[in-house]
Amino acid sequence: MANKRLRTVELPEHPDFLWTQKSPKKSYDAIIVGGGGHGLATAYYLAKLHGMTNIAVLEKGWLGGGNMARNTTIIRSNYLWDESEGIYEHSLKLWEGLQEDVGYEMFFSQRGVMTLAHSVSDVRTKMRNYYANGVADIDSEWLTPAEVKKIAPVVNISDDIRYPVMGATYQPRAGIAKHDWVAWGYAKAAGDMGVDIIQNCEVTGMIIQDGKIQGVQTNQGDILAEKVALVGAGHSSVLAEMAGFQIPIQSRPLQALVSELLEQVLDTVIMSGMVHVYVSQAHKGELVMGAGTDAYNSYAQRGGFHVIEHQLSAAVELFPIFERAHLLRTWGGIVDTTPDASPIVGLTPVENLYLNCGWGTGGFKGTPGSGWVMAHTVATGQPHELNKGFNLNRFKTGHLIDEHGAAGVAH
Amino acid sequence: MLNIPCPWCGPRDETEFHYGQEAGVAYPENRDEISDELWAKFVFYRANPKGWHAERWVHSAGCRRWFNVWRNTINHEFGESYKPFEPQPKSPA
Amino acid sequence: MSKVTFKFDGKKYKGKAGESLATALLRNEVLHFTDSAYRDRPRGVIGLGHEEPNALVYVDSGAGEPMIPATVVPVVEGLVARSLSGAGYLPDTRDHSRYDKKYKHVDVVVVGAGIAGLKAALENAKVGKDVVICDEQDRPGGHLVHLGQEVPAELLAVLNLPNVTYLPRTIVNGLYDQGYSVAIERRTDHETSKVSKQKARIRTWHFRAQQTILATGAYQRHLVFANNDLPGIMLSHSAATYVARDGVDVFKSAVVITVDNQGYRDAIRLHNAGVQVNAVVDCRQSASGPAVDAVRAAGIEILFGKTAIDACAKKKKGTVKCVNVGNLDGTESACIDADLVAVSGGWTPTVHLATYIGVKPKWAPELAAFVLPAATKWLSSVGMVAGDFGGDDSPAIFFGPAQTEEQALSAYVDFQRDATLRDVRRAIKAGMQSIEHVKRYTAIGTAHDQGKTSGTITMGLIGAALGKAPDEIGSLTFRSPFVGIPFAALAGRERGQVADPVRRTPIHALHEGAKAPMEDVGQWKRPWYFPNGKEKLHDAVLRECAAVREGVGVMDASTLGKIDIQGPDAAEFLDRIYTNMFSSLKVGASRYGFMCGVDGMVFDDGVTTRLGENHFLMTTTTGGAAKVLDWLEEWLYTEWPDLKVYCTSVTEHISTVAIVGPKSRNLIAKLSPTLDVSNEAFGFMENKYADVAGIPARIARISFSGELAYEINVEAWYGAHIWESVMREGKEFGITPYGTETMHVLRAEKGYVILGQDTDGTQTPMDLGMDWIVSKKKDFIGKRSFTRSDTARAGRHQLVGFMPVDGQVVIPEGAYVINAADAAKPAPVAHTGYVTSSYMSAALGRSFAMGMLANGAARHGEQVAIPFGGKVIMAQVTEPLFFDKENTRRDG
Repeated sequence: MANKRLRTVELPEHPDFLWTQKSPKKSYDAIIVGGGGHGLATAYYLAKLHGMTNIAVLEKGWLGGGNMARNTTIIRSNYLWDESEGIYEHSLKLWEGLQEDVGYEMFFSQRGVMTLAHSVSDVRTKMRNYYANGVADIDSEWLTPAEVKKIAPVVNISDDIRYPVMGATYQPRAGIAKHDWVAWGYAKAAGDMGVDIIQNCEVTGMIIQDGKIQGVQTNQGDILAEKVALVGAGHSSVLAEMAGFQIPIQSRPLQALVSELLEQVLDTVIMSGMVHVYVSQAHKGELVMGAGTDAYNSYAQRGGFHVIEHQLSAAVELFPIFERAHLLRTWGGIVDTTPDASPIVGLTPVENLYLNCGWGTGGFKGTPGSGWVMAHTVATGQPHELNKGFNLNRFKTGHLIDEHGAAGVAH
Repeated sequence: MLNIPCPWCGPRDETEFHYGQEAGVAYPENRDEISDELWAKFVFYRANPKGWHAERWVHSAGCRRWFNVWRNTINHEFGESYKPFEPQPKSPA
Repeated sequence: MSKVTFKFDGKKYKGKAGESLATALLRNEVLHFTDSAYRDRPRGVIGLGHEEPNALVYVDSGAGEPMIPATVVPVVEGLVARSLSGAGYLPDTRDHSRYDKKYKHVDVVVVGAGIAGLKAALENAKVGKDVVICDEQDRPGGHLVHLGQEVPAELLAVLNLPNVTYLPRTIVNGLYDQGYSVAIERRTDHETSKVSKQKARIRTWHFRAQQTILATGAYQRHLVFANNDLPGIMLSHSAATYVARDGVDVFKSAVVITVDNQGYRDAIRLHNAGVQVNAVVDCRQSASGPAVDAVRAAGIEILFGKTAIDACAKKKKGTVKCVNVGNLDGTESACIDADLVAVSGGWTPTVHLATYIGVKPKWAPELAAFVLPAATKWLSSVGMVAGDFGGDDSPAIFFGPAQTEEQALSAYVDFQRDATLRDVRRAIKAGMQSIEHVKRYTAIGTAHDQGKTSGTITMGLIGAALGKAPDEIGSLTFRSPFVGIPFAALAGRERGQVADPVRRTPIHALHEGAKAPMEDVGQWKRPWYFPNGKEKLHDAVLRECAAVREGVGVMDASTLGKIDIQGPDAAEFLDRIYTNMFSSLKVGASRYGFMCGVDGMVFDDGVTTRLGENHFLMTTTTGGAAKVLDWLEEWLYTEWPDLKVYCTSVTEHISTVAIVGPKSRNLIAKLSPTLDVSNEAFGFMENKYADVAGIPARIARISFSGELAYEINVEAWYGAHIWESVMREGKEFGITPYGTETMHVLRAEKGYVILGQDTDGTQTPMDLGMDWIVSKKKDFIGKRSFTRSDTARAGRHQLVGFMPVDGQVVIPEGAYVINAADAAKPAPVAHTGYVTSSYMSAALGRSFAMGMLANGAARHGEQVAIPFGGKVIMAQVTEPLFFDKENTRRDG
């Protein structure tokens, strides 16, 4: 411990003006239901890239207050299947220029993401992922335990833990950003371009005629629109039901936690699927950790404490230096899980009604890419090449994009 | 840590159970005749209501039996539990 | 209390054992405690407990604490602490303390042992209920402890009742559904004598209660005015407690700034303790009540309709010198000297726990506070948290005076985050209207104290700015835990080798004796290979493989999942589960089977043996056993209750020793002299009962290597005996033990897939080239999915062999395959498949691999390219069968 008293990093102030709280107009060219990261990004790209500014974002609570405010901010693109690599890598490329593009500090930090492997079969699964990224030209490295230790000295690579570290994939371009800053950056930029941001506006029904969307009913009255995009994350099933169709989604609690502000000991992101822990140390010094989802459907935004305890037990095994850190705050988000752990982004059975949901635990990293392809889809009425595969139809044809990762352990 | 009312054993901690999603989704009888769309409904689609939900659990670390129960997904409150093939009690809503 | 010596910021001090570090430092005239995180403002203690926003310390003695308020650190001999400014440290030393957990079902949990809590405990205990009462302080009484008053004996008596468990120093940190709560008991940090290593430093309690009663009291708020953060400006209740109860005598004069009668009560305590109280400044126009009368009687000046506008610091010390008092609109102010400014900004009931489970506190304007609504099914509240402030008080709804822009710069709302009134104003101007947005814009409420003192103030200030009541701009919600909990405490004893259960076969000790490195397979430990001396994996495996193919090897196959399936409908049941037919299986015979999910994708495999007409023994993959049993039972219970079938896990009941290789017949004959081992009498996939090494066994002629092989199944506890016997009797045949790696190579040479390695949940049996295992005669789970358009599509990825052109190169498993035409192209390049299994083969004298290839079945003979490690190697696509293609070896 240094003699000098430690200072925590102070973040710069947010700008003097962010957005104006608008009341809904009678009609819009397009309405985006959901004022989270994906909804705001959709609005931003619609305005910026497709010239659609007569649009509104409807948020039932406060802007960016759903999963955007509740995730662990990990950004990476080292997925397994082509479709996922495509959309997440596009997203990562957008992240790389996002602060300049949007004109807002987002603390995007490419500190690398490491995914640990703990058994022979875990290594094999992760190696495949590593090679898949290699042919896709997504930056990816394979690390031996010693290399893991070099990049992240706090990782316990000794043999005497229950599931020793046997290697890791590493994506150097991956990293983290600050979620509120991302949401607010998009919101401000969209608002500046004339997008109406309407909070406390809950959609209560869909106005559909002859199989075509006409607008939405809300607690602030009916709002007409040529096109409607459902980007309601945790509430997608509820929204789809209003529009008269069902989606293969189960909403589950996903918990996360932070510690107090601590001297920097970890400057990369470390994930371990096998022992269910992912952790980074944010700019100000708090350890940010996520766990696995709770088992059951829920909209309560809370989960069971045993999940947190299990996670911390794994965390102190892997990072013995964390044992004195304090669990300061826990919270839960609602994650939309799909049967193949991949999102649904595209058309719906209702004409001019578009759907973007099912991002599971991958939503934050997908924010720019998701908004970008969604904007394209809304503007042109057709999915972009990048989201073509993420259609609702795949559950009928069987053409899934299975990103469950580790395929299980069996001999 | 939910306290789940197993109809055979009584209320027990959640960690004794595994979750089985929506209750009462029948395995289609005429599998060879139904459309891919209907088959997909059985394979992948389950109810996901915000509010009262009739769902299945199995008491894996207890009697190992399956059962159904009403639970509110907004506040995790449990309604009546019932055994497989017993008539579904009315939604507490 | 005994005198002890402690160190703070490198300096030695004396204190009283057991008092808080904050008390001891105040007594030693340490008022300027630290500097603030961002603005370098001098700061002192303002609170009494976990609400303290300023006085954070790092504790270097005992188990250590990276960051904790000095108000809750007990002073013990040898305590070493240092002040912090917003961030703590994680020392790179191990904490060897013990942390344990207890689980308790109880009728009633009472949170808080103040008067309200004790009364609630008594009422419930009297009617025979089991009661747990938790309290953060080291003695019961709550507020009375602060006042230094005794708890009435009849209330105290409740703690001694046999049906009452009283847990001091225990904070209920979380509240969850159905009356579940989690509490943290600090058991040793306060102890002055040496503590046994066996005693847990912190115990995490898990309660399940029929009733949870919150008697959590309230925290005092401060007021927002310029320089309100100077050392010497404190919450009045804390200040009065330090002075009157603890005998801190460093303050000569004081001014009390108040919005309620609490300020008067504290003024009297200060006055009675010998502090000269220069004025009580009350923002209200009038006040009445016993405390007000007492202040008047003591001759203390009362200024109504006034409040603190600003404060000044002593030049050298930086502590408060005087407070500028004026009208609420900031006008007509004048200084009053004081080295203690005691602020009573109203009470904020400690509603936290209830908000964790979604209860929304309601704004009670008459109390100027958020209080908990009426009881729910299992949660109720008593005392201040329920709105029972117990007096005739009428506090003002007041959070601070009007402030100029300049004053607002130093009018602190959240001390720890250095967030000011100016920040709140900026947030509102920027368009923030929800408390959640303002919190995020300003960082208010996000520090270690989670806004215990600042939460209501922030809502009040936003409300005031927008012309709304505090409850109109959001709800006062908090996130668990109530106070920080060390990770180690929550990890508890589940660390090291007991972090997750270890499953070992009955033969495990012998493998360890042979120094076999272990592979984790699920929770199982399996020998990976059996090195000869210093032999490495590669060499050991080549040797083991050769021994099996040429002589005889032995493997511990006990970890395979085993499910005993019985009942008159067992055969029918298996027909529905497996893709292939089992009802046609003869008693005493075994068959390999695939099971698919409803999506048609292969999810487990194994050999099932018909032990009797209505009796089967299924084996599953090692990692898949539990999942498969769940799967079987799910179908039986929820879809096919008409089937009379029972499934029982017997994995641990049976030890399985496989002897494999051309000489295995000689060995089994030697081990089991009564057994007719001829191929005619004991054919492939048949089972026989006979004694092996004197132990009754079921011997199965099953092979996962293509070699003649016998699996010896015995009661689990004879496993080690069988293994030893095999090793002893097999010596003359060159018996060679082998592990999972050799098993993998041998099966791959025969093109047998390993689920989870060669499959990833996206393969049908046809994709694996195993159409033969899919019955056309019957239905089975998943069959319907085969005809979906993508699943039925030609050109899917199919299992093939990859023969590297250079037979010395072993392709890494997981490598991706590209078309030969693309071999020279840099990434990104389209891939056409991937490698799932790849080895050096002793039998083939070269390397080989298997994997999935788009339209692979039609591409045998084609060359493909495989880039890895900076180079590209070429390989020939073959059928996935490499050795003994005619199956000549399995019968010996």
